[in-house]
Amino acid sequence: MFKKFSKEDIHTKSNLKSSVQRGLKTKFVDQYPKIESAISEIVPKKSNVSLYKCEGKIQLYILDEHVLFYQNFDELLPSLKLVHKYPSCFPKVQVDRGAIKFVLSGANVMCPGLTSPGAWLPEESIPAGTTVTIYAEGKEHALAVGKLAMSTDDIKSKNKGVGIELIHNLGDELWKFDNE
Amino acid sequence: MSETETITPVEVLYCGVCTLPVEFCEFGKTFKKCKTWLSENHHDTYVKLYESQDGTKTTSSLSAEKEAKISEALAKMQLKEERKQERDLANLKNSKILIKRIQRTKHKHIIAVTNLEVFGVDMKKLAKTFAGKFATGASVSKNAEKKEEIVIQGDVGDEVEQYLLGLLAEKGLTNIKIEQVSEKKPKKKTT
Repeated sequence: MFKKFSKEDIHTKSNLKSSVQRGLKTKFVDQYPKIESAISEIVPKKSNVSLYKCEGKIQLYILDEHVLFYQNFDELLPSLKLVHKYPSCFPKVQVDRGAIKFVLSGANVMCPGLTSPGAWLPEESIPAGTTVTIYAEGKEHALAVGKLAMSTDDIKSKNKGVGIELIHNLGDELWKFDNE
Repeated sequence: MSETETITPVEVLYCGVCTLPVEFCEFGKTFKKCKTWLSENHHDTYVKLYESQDGTKTTSSLSAEKEAKISEALAKMQLKEERKQERDLANLKNSKILIKRIQRTKHKHIIAVTNLEVFGVDMKKLAKTFAGKFATGASVSKNAEKKEEIVIQGDVGDEVEQYLLGLLAEKGLTNIKIEQVSEKKPKKKTT
């Protein structure tokens, strides 16, 4: 999603009212319940979260020059920096080593990359359409954030086609933007 | 109420060269530089990652030939990037800035500064700075060679040279040549 993104793609920057900020926090906690205890650290009460509206209906929520989350239409997605800090709050899947190079260049994850030895899918099925964080075999930190194209049970059984649609990965344009 | 187990954030070490978490440097284009940076700045992590490699390699699930293929492809990409950076650096060292003094009318001149693009300076901003500094008009335009040049009104060639030397010295590029040339551009108005 962030393959072509640069400073010029930002249309408007605005500060969020604290009422809107509260709504945002509740929305985020609704989507990822485990982050509830940490949310007050991530978005402190008196902080100024800014909203950047960008090309292609993308909205970024920025605090202190770092991207916290972003949304395309409705769903709030965490930026990888946030995922690195609070890894246990988001559902995990793991791909094998051969897939790392492709994921880092923004490719979607195919089912075989999730079912081969070295990859890992959780025991209970996660439904299709959920946002998951993608980890790599042998690596400690998250590699990317994507949306499940099929439920994890389907991935295990069918093992064909696109398993996860990639939204944000390490080193993509959003990551570079955050690091400037 | 929820159990208030406050989750403490994990501290991640990000590479100073490629900005990725250090374990992902091997997939980037600047692996060698990343390694040097890591060994200089966080030597213990360096040892853990790269020197006790037998542990990590044996737990990889891919066959030896696939691993070899991946490392080959990565090494190729990194070499390409290295060569590209060397070429850019050489380019930088060889290019010189040209300051042309062109006559507009009998007593008036303009200064055209070319070859500034190699140095990664923002032309528009620089033109504005010139305009403010020399209290004259300055603008960016494309000349006959399709290159961008800054045109400044008035005979300010020497001041431009001094200013540019200072600017480049700040950036660390002290060996750049600046050449001053005079040109006569007679424009005959035919009615």
